[in-house]
Amino acid sequence: MRLRGSALVMTLYLLFLLIPIYWLVNMSFKTNTEITSTFTLFPHEFTLRNYAVILTDPSWYMGYVNSIIYVVMNTVISITVALPAAYAFSRYSFMGDKHLFFWLLTNRMAPPAVFALPFFQLYSSVGLFDTHIAVALAHCLFNVPLAVWILEGFMRGVPKEIDETAYIDGYSFGHFFIKIFMPLIASGIGVAAFFCFMFSWVELLLSRTLTSVNAKPIAATMTRTVSASGMDWGVLAAAGVLTIIPGALVIYFVRNYIAKGFALGRV
Amino acid sequence: MSQITLKNLAHSYHANPRGDHDFALKQMDHVWQDGGAYALLGSSGCGKTTLLNIISGLLKPSQGRVLFGDRDVTDAETAERNIAQVFQFPVVYDTMTVRDNLAFPLRNRGMDAAYIKARVSQIATMIGMDHILDRKARGLTADAKQKISLGRGMVREDVNAILFDEPLTVIDPHMKWELRTQLKQLHREFGHTMIYVTHDQTEALTFADKVVVMYDGRVVQMGTPEDLFETPAHTFVGYFIGSPGMNILPAEIRGSTAHLQGAAVPLGAAYGPITGRTQIGIRPEYAVLTEGDGLPITIRRVEDVGRHRIIRGEVAGTPVNVIAPEGMAVGASLTHVRFTPERINVYADDWRVAPAGGAV
Amino acid sequence: MEKTQNNKAWFLVLPVLVIVAFSAVIPLMTVVNYSLNDTFGNNEFFWAGMEWFEEMVTSDRLHEALGRQILFSAIILAIEVPLGIYIALNMPKKGFWASVSLVLMALPLLIPFNVVGTIWQIFGRVDIGLLGHYLAEFGIDYNYTNDPLDAWITVIVMDVWHWTSLVALLCYAGLQSIPQAYYQAARVDQASRWAVFRYIELPKMAGVLLIAVLLRFMDSFMIYTEPFVVTGGGPGNSTTFLSIDLVKMAIGQFDLGPAAAFSIMYFLVILLVSWVFYTVMTNLDKEEGK
Repeated sequence: MRLRGSALVMTLYLLFLLIPIYWLVNMSFKTNTEITSTFTLFPHEFTLRNYAVILTDPSWYMGYVNSIIYVVMNTVISITVALPAAYAFSRYSFMGDKHLFFWLLTNRMAPPAVFALPFFQLYSSVGLFDTHIAVALAHCLFNVPLAVWILEGFMRGVPKEIDETAYIDGYSFGHFFIKIFMPLIASGIGVAAFFCFMFSWVELLLSRTLTSVNAKPIAATMTRTVSASGMDWGVLAAAGVLTIIPGALVIYFVRNYIAKGFALGRV
Repeated sequence: MSQITLKNLAHSYHANPRGDHDFALKQMDHVWQDGGAYALLGSSGCGKTTLLNIISGLLKPSQGRVLFGDRDVTDAETAERNIAQVFQFPVVYDTMTVRDNLAFPLRNRGMDAAYIKARVSQIATMIGMDHILDRKARGLTADAKQKISLGRGMVREDVNAILFDEPLTVIDPHMKWELRTQLKQLHREFGHTMIYVTHDQTEALTFADKVVVMYDGRVVQMGTPEDLFETPAHTFVGYFIGSPGMNILPAEIRGSTAHLQGAAVPLGAAYGPITGRTQIGIRPEYAVLTEGDGLPITIRRVEDVGRHRIIRGEVAGTPVNVIAPEGMAVGASLTHVRFTPERINVYADDWRVAPAGGAV
Repeated sequence: MEKTQNNKAWFLVLPVLVIVAFSAVIPLMTVVNYSLNDTFGNNEFFWAGMEWFEEMVTSDRLHEALGRQILFSAIILAIEVPLGIYIALNMPKKGFWASVSLVLMALPLLIPFNVVGTIWQIFGRVDIGLLGHYLAEFGIDYNYTNDPLDAWITVIVMDVWHWTSLVALLCYAGLQSIPQAYYQAARVDQASRWAVFRYIELPKMAGVLLIAVLLRFMDSFMIYTEPFVVTGGGPGNSTTFLSIDLVKMAIGQFDLGPAAAFSIMYFLVILLVSWVFYTVMTNLDKEEGK
């Protein structure tokens, strides 16, 4: 009986989550006339025109390419610098370590709105404005602390004896770290990369402020269309659907790690 | 309190068990007498915990019935069965004080406050925690936590049975002995049926009146410690009980003689014709080294364990241990081993065979 | 774990310091600089001291935005935390349906913030949205573009839709780490469902729950994109939260001084709350380690 109650609760909740998404998908297959003139629960005049518009117009599809470029750059940078730092925090105590750790965490908590303008000026002055690397670096603000935090949790779970045995066996630090230690925390790296990807992918304020044409993310392209006159609802919905797909794919591949990553209580 | 009967019981963790090996617990009929102190002994993974959880109702058996007295409780909830259970690792409610932890099972059953108070302090004294009753359970050491679990298991007086699942694993050796003594005393005082799961034979033999030995999902023998020692019903019992365990030698049995690789060993009784793989079993305590009488033995090693010495050797390629009293010289002249005929047990396909005449 | 004292570990932390310094410290210093100066463009600055801070502290505009912000954060925490716990308790523990639930629940978390806004904009509109259409059909007067209350409800429901899963997933992970023996002992002790929750599940979830509350508090305090897309801060100023106000001030009106002073105070509030949470969390960790 209790099981049935749970199933009911979960069904209702998942419906609550999925119905708005369904509506978006539904609309992306409709013509604008159908959207504005009639109210239909599923597309009567099924069309792929909205997707065709996006996939043939460079100003649209380059948005996806740009987003993916800076998201991947950010993930790589974040993980690369976070690995040694997380190792240091998990293994050694050193002058100021606790303060440093807390200070890093506060950056995760910093409101992007506070940083938007200074970032704009900083990157303009060093000539990085409207480049992928600018967005990737800006997103390091919250992703590096996050990656350090997650990785440190995983590394603490690896017994120190493993390090010591490796050194006794004559491994150098670098060799040990790449050959022995990284495979041990592979799932941790996966989880950290997932969250870096996620937060960089969903962020809009900074990525929009720091780009104008060449590196403009898809999410920002969408906002321009919203404010433009003569709403093209169908295209907007199709663009929305296309932004959900990469996230959905990533979730599908890491679904078994999600619970584990969350289980560390560190996100 | 009541007698616990298991009828045709079997359990498999597979939804559709195919064949015997899918069963964690093979079909069995078994009766636990009311008020008995039982030890359930066996190596890891032999089904001890499964059996315990079926009795307590945490697990529903794939087949068969569980009876408390005359009442069929197979489908009854754990709470309805009114049993207490102590787990291998400490289960305490971290945010409660020690006192509240002990009172928890009583409060859930709506007992009277004055009674709870008296009973909790009685149990607290028994487990030696009366001075920290008002501390939070969080932050106590593992063995203190386990003592709370034990206390919680014993706090109810009217339970049908108290089940212990290797409860002393995390406890210090000297505390183990003390707690076991207390459990035993408690049993004498209140007469609860107690079932104590362990893989430690000393624990089992000192705690229980009756020891139940399990092997590969089966109860292979139930008996007093003496039965298990003198007449193991299965070669596993012989090997598992005793230190070192029973010597098992392949042999052919003809009447009252066993033939090993051409040598004849006299038995204490006559046996009828036996089918299957036959072996004889003899405890190291009942084997003596001689200067020519018995079977030839090659001595490999002598271990001095204090009270006596263990001689490890080989007879016709099979390892054989002999216990020699302290002070006996083990010289090169001792080349043979003799078995006391009355103490030899005969096994066919690992199960003990009773002599034709009955008796032993 | 015993840690070795080793100041050379600083070298391992160095790359992080460089990156974070570039992406956090330098911009922050710029903000501090603006907050203390006045400018008429051309990079000419005049010392303004505490003037901007005084202006901001006494500004009604800030007070109102802060009030709305606190109310908003309080409401979404009051809904999302209990709901998240409830959902976590009802999630399937293992098997096919557990995976399905995990994937579907994580889905809203990976949708770009403005698309979340777009989804709800499309969903809620009376002319084309499923929700708006049916509410109108049932005779409920709902229009989030000109009724402040409707706008608030829409923004809150959207946030619940977007983030409750995060709380639920965190709690779910906490629940998964409870050994089976605890539930068995509770059954033996005849504990009620409520007692199991109160004395077993809740204490085990306490750690992750604290993180969930912290994250939800921070993120709701910084919320910008979703309400901006749906309501644009309106109608009037009714859904203008702190970040929206700040961006209006800094980029819309280019009032750098006040915006910078605003930013710093904003950041300090967040810092203070983070510090309190961090301290509580490390203390919890220590107690558990005992």
